[in-house]
Amino acid sequence: MNEEQDAAHPASSSVRCESTTHAVVQTLPDPGSTALRAIEIPYNRGLHRLAVVLACWTFLLIIAGALVTSNDAGLSVPDWPTSFGSWYKIPKLVGGVKFEHTHRMIAQGAGLLTILLAVWTWRVEKRRWLRVLGFAALGTVIAQGILGGLTVLYYLPPPISSAHAALAQTFFCIAVAMAMFTGRKWVEEQPRAEVDERRPTLFTLTLLSIFVLYVQLILGAMFRHHGLSWWPHVVNAVVVSFLLAWTAIRALTVYSQIEAIRRPAVLMLSLVIAQLCLGFTAFLTRVAWGRDAVQPELPMVISTVAHVAVGALLLATTVILAIQVWRHAPVAFEERLPQAHRDPSAA
Amino acid sequence: MNRTRMTLGMLALSALLALAACSKKEETPAASPSADQGGAMAPAATPIDPATVATINGTVKFGGTAPKPSKIDMSQDPGCKGMNEAENVVVNGGDLANVFVYVKDGLGARTFDVPTTPVVLEQQGCRYHPHILGVMAGQTVQIKNSDPTTHNIHPTPKDNREWNESQPPSSPAIEKNFAREEIMLPVKCNQHPWMKMYINVVKNPFYAVTDKDGKYEIKGLPPGDYTIAFVQEKLGEQDQKVTVGPKDTKTIDQSFKPAAD
Repeated sequence: MNEEQDAAHPASSSVRCESTTHAVVQTLPDPGSTALRAIEIPYNRGLHRLAVVLACWTFLLIIAGALVTSNDAGLSVPDWPTSFGSWYKIPKLVGGVKFEHTHRMIAQGAGLLTILLAVWTWRVEKRRWLRVLGFAALGTVIAQGILGGLTVLYYLPPPISSAHAALAQTFFCIAVAMAMFTGRKWVEEQPRAEVDERRPTLFTLTLLSIFVLYVQLILGAMFRHHGLSWWPHVVNAVVVSFLLAWTAIRALTVYSQIEAIRRPAVLMLSLVIAQLCLGFTAFLTRVAWGRDAVQPELPMVISTVAHVAVGALLLATTVILAIQVWRHAPVAFEERLPQAHRDPSAA
Repeated sequence: MNRTRMTLGMLALSALLALAACSKKEETPAASPSADQGGAMAPAATPIDPATVATINGTVKFGGTAPKPSKIDMSQDPGCKGMNEAENVVVNGGDLANVFVYVKDGLGARTFDVPTTPVVLEQQGCRYHPHILGVMAGQTVQIKNSDPTTHNIHPTPKDNREWNESQPPSSPAIEKNFAREEIMLPVKCNQHPWMKMYINVVKNPFYAVTDKDGKYEIKGLPPGDYTIAFVQEKLGEQDQKVTVGPKDTKTIDQSFKPAAD
C-alpha cells in the first residue's frame, strides 16, 4: 500500500492522523529509514468548487439525455460529430432537435469542465490517486462521447445506447466522488475508523448495493432502448430495494454516530423510496397507459426522466456511502493479511 | 513513459473516431437508387396475356366500436400547423381505411417489371401522405417536404437497410428504394415523434391500399389460385384464398375486429 492510499485510508495501516486547521498531516513509517515523513494535503477551494460544478453539470446532462430518450428524439440530428453538417452552428431548436442538440451542447460543456478539472487536479493535487482519477474522468467522458456518437451512427442499437446510459451514471459517480475527495471535510476530517466486525460487513453490503444498482441501471436502460422487456427491471427492483434497505438500516443502527455514514445512508433510504414511487408511476404512464400513445406524452416524459435522475442520485449516494464506510468503518485489519502473515509468531 | 502512454491514447482515440467516420460513410445510402436494387439486373418479366386478366375488389370493414382517433399536439414546432389526428386506425362509418391488400401467394415463379415511375411520399402539415404506401422492390420512392420545417425520414426496417436523413424545407426530393420484400416497414420522423407511416415493399404489382371508404381494387391479375393478404398496422394480417378465372371480377370483402388488449 503506497503513501497516497494511506492518505485516503488512514485506518488501514499503522498510520496516525493529526488534524490541523487547513491540512491533514499524516505520519507514515518510512521503509528506508526510521525517520517519519509527512504529506500535507491542502484544501483547494477553487478545485473543489470546479468539481462540484462538474457534478451538478453532469446531473443536468443526465436529465438532458433522459429527455432525449423519453421524447424519442435520439436521431433527430442524424449526423455526428457534426450537427446537420456543422461543427458550431446551432440549428433551429424545434421538435426533437431541441432535446438532442441541447444534450450535445451540455455534453460539450461537461467535456470542457472535465478537461479543466483533470488538468487542474494534475497540477495542484498532491494525492497521486486523485490526479489519476481526474484523468480517468476525462477518459470516461471521451468514451461517453464516442458511445453517444456510435449510438447515432448505428441508429440507436440497444446495447450501445444502454452502455451510453450506464457510462453516463458512472461518470456522474466519478464527478461526485471527486467533489467529495476535494472537499474540505474529506481533507480536514479525522476518520473515526471504527472496525466493522459484523458479517457481512457494511462495506460488503455497500459493494453489493452498487452491483445490484448497476444491474438495475442496465436492465432499465435496455428496456428504455427497446432491447429488453420491462419485467427483468421490475423483478430486480425487489432485490435492489431489499439490499439497499438492509445496507441503510445496518449503517443507521451501527454507525449512526458517524455523520459521514449516517447522512448518505439516510439519503439512500429516502431515494430508494422515492425511486420506487417514480418507478411505479413510470410503469403506469409508459407501459400500462402509454403503450399505444401516438407521441410521447408529458406525464410519461416527466415520470421517466425523474426516474432516471433519481436513479443517478441513488447510485452516486451509494458510491459515496461505500467510500465513507471504507474510510470510517474499515474491515478488521488482520483479515487483509495473507494467511502466512496471520501466524501469531509473524505478528 | 507518460508521453508514450499519452501518444498511444491519442492514437486509440483517433482510430475510434476514424472508425466512426468510416462507418457513417458506409451507412449513408446513395441519393439515387443503386443499380443492383433496380430493374437493370432483374430477370425479364413473365408475360401476362392482357385478354385474360382478372380483377379483385372489395371493402374492408371494421367490426365493433370504432376507436376515437387520438389528437396530436404539434405545438413543439411552430412550423407544424393545423389539426392532426392519429391515423393508426381510421374508420368511416364502419369502413376501414389504410389497409394494405396484396397478393401474398399464388404467383409462383413469375417475375414482374419494376415500374420506372417513382411513388411519391409527401410530408405536409407534419404528416405523411399517404399514411400507407405500397411499392415494388427496387422501385424508386420520391420523398418530398412541403413543410416550412425540417423533417427527418427514418425507416426502421427488419429486412432492408436502415437509414436516417434530414430534409430541410424547399430542399430537393430524396429518392430511395428498398431491395427486399417487407410488409409494414415503419417510417418515422424523429423531429416530430407523431409522424409515422408504413411502406409495404412487394415483389409483384398486385397490391392496393383501402381508401377512406374501405374500398380497394387490384387489376391485371392472371387467372389462378391466390392468397390475398389484408394487413393493418395495428390490427394485424388476415388472409383469404381466392380463385380467379379469365376476365373474372371478384369481390372479396374483409372485416377486422378491434385489437385485443
